[in-house]
Amino acid sequence: MSISVAVFVLFVVATLGITFWAAKRSRGASAYFAAGRKISAWQNGFAVAGDFMSGASFLGIVGLISLQGFDGFLFSVGGFIAYVTILLLIAEPLRNTGKYTMADVLAYRLRPRPVRALAALSTFTIVIFYMIAQMISAGALVKLLLAGSGIGYNTAVVGVGVLMMTYVVFGGMLATTWVQIIKAGLLLSCTLVIAVLVLAHFGFHPGNFFAAASRVTYHEQGEIVITDFLRPGLRYSPPYGPLDLISLGLALLFGCAGLPHILMRFYTVPDAPTARKSVVCAMVLIGSFFVMTSILGLGAAVLVGPDYILTHGGTNMGGPLLARSLGGEALLGVVSAVAFATILAVVAGLTISASTSVAHDLWVNVIHRGVERRSNETVFVARIAALGVGAASIALAIVLGPTSNSGVLATLAMAVAASAHFPVIVLSIFWRRFNTAGAIAGLSAGLLGSIGLILVSPTFMGIDASSTITAARHLFQTRPWFPLENPGIVSVPLGFLGAIFGTWLSQEQASDSKFNELMVRANTGLGAEQSVAH
Amino acid sequence: MKPIAADSSSSRPSEADWNRIAASARFQHLLSVKKMFIVPAFVFFLGYYLLLPVLVGYAPRLMATRVFGTVTLAYLFALSQFAVGWTIAVLYLQASSRFDRLAKDVLKEDLLGQDTPE
Repeated sequence: MSISVAVFVLFVVATLGITFWAAKRSRGASAYFAAGRKISAWQNGFAVAGDFMSGASFLGIVGLISLQGFDGFLFSVGGFIAYVTILLLIAEPLRNTGKYTMADVLAYRLRPRPVRALAALSTFTIVIFYMIAQMISAGALVKLLLAGSGIGYNTAVVGVGVLMMTYVVFGGMLATTWVQIIKAGLLLSCTLVIAVLVLAHFGFHPGNFFAAASRVTYHEQGEIVITDFLRPGLRYSPPYGPLDLISLGLALLFGCAGLPHILMRFYTVPDAPTARKSVVCAMVLIGSFFVMTSILGLGAAVLVGPDYILTHGGTNMGGPLLARSLGGEALLGVVSAVAFATILAVVAGLTISASTSVAHDLWVNVIHRGVERRSNETVFVARIAALGVGAASIALAIVLGPTSNSGVLATLAMAVAASAHFPVIVLSIFWRRFNTAGAIAGLSAGLLGSIGLILVSPTFMGIDASSTITAARHLFQTRPWFPLENPGIVSVPLGFLGAIFGTWLSQEQASDSKFNELMVRANTGLGAEQSVAH
Repeated sequence: MKPIAADSSSSRPSEADWNRIAASARFQHLLSVKKMFIVPAFVFFLGYYLLLPVLVGYAPRLMATRVFGTVTLAYLFALSQFAVGWTIAVLYLQASSRFDRLAKDVLKEDLLGQDTPE
């Protein structure tokens, strides 16, 4: 316990130092929102990886594998593979044509006000979903760590919220980026140490490790069962399991390419080639991390056991409990502190993307039609918005409890991103005919379709036994109307169809020369936003 | 919020500039070279990736086949996704140095004003 506090305090002191440094350097909007576009390829690679290796993936996915074996690992594969989409289709055109937000790319050749307003709304929705996932991880951690101590859950959440607001309000993108870089380094080293310890436990004979993973023993409805955790089908079983898996695959594959806090990172580098290199760097880090999640998850299943995990913190706690069984309270302390730092950093990244969208898309471009009335007005509004987002997420975290798996929740956020953002981004970069009506129809269909389906899915609908504790009860006590947990297989095509039919049905003529401009800019970098000299 | 360093704001390309460059032979060449890499790479990776949930979902018996010791085909197939992703990334990095060169040529040629097809 004292070790976790020490590690966490060290992290907080270091990151506050960075915030102070960044605040002194930061002048103007481009510095505040895009770190002056001077982040290097490897720095951005770490920051992107840091944004993506969230509390939800470290705690949630390892937890899923520790309880459901191989099927949980599919979350890892999809999360990694999504970066191929970003690399091939998104990162470079985005960097070359946009300024601060994803909506910049859409506003480039479409009518900016309606498109930006809707894009800001969906950005907000995705950020809130993702934020809930992170906060639930935080809650679960605090519950495990601080059981019996003086610090309550609410105090811890307020602490995290205040720190995150400090990073974002004072340090802007530069501070948020460095917080993310440091945290990515910590999380990767931590994961590597645990993975090595797991293998060491089996005398570095992978064969022995996998043999143990094929005979995981636990109780199910009072009976002892022995299950092969390397075999698929523990989470996704017929009749709807296979479809749900494909649905999850689609949501992950296209969802990352629509996550506002990830996309925003590509504006912080000097040019498109750097953006490209940073994606590849992130792919190396994220890939290694996600491969290791399988060792950690299976390790937890073998060494801690599903029985113990379920009764000691539940679905998000496989990783920390594994750390304790391998390295005692000391390692648990370090891992928990790192996991906490992870949540803090990701929440800061989410906050800056939401507040940028409010300030740049809504305030300046929708409400004031692209005119900044006073210098630095955008930054000022963004700071206010960050405080608002911070306060809202503190409130949400206090209202919600650590009841559901955060990995699953984060994936639902990705389903919204895949359905609402990905179709319109891709079509506006690659389809000459695409127009404003198409973008609005695509955004709305994707957003409403995915959220609607999530609300009537087994995540929110179900009939609970009367013994279920209130916090774990389904929101709607009825049989789910939509059988799949993940809406991707329906809502991603819905987003595309909305965009395509919206375009066809409207009379609006897309501007040919605007598309020429977009293409030349996207492919050559001519006219792209420059980095700012100090 | 004026860009201090670059001279880009003073000489923003006009509509005619964009249209001329977009129509130039070199730019069209750049697009087709990029397409030749990106389209097959994307289609291949999409297919290879979606095969994983499809096989795991609809052929769980096959995927539960043990290949080395207790290691299943499913786990190996999942791991191979990482190898495929990294390979595409490296190939793309190599190919993209050519894209950058071609993009530079497009702009250089346009500056010189000699828009002659190859």
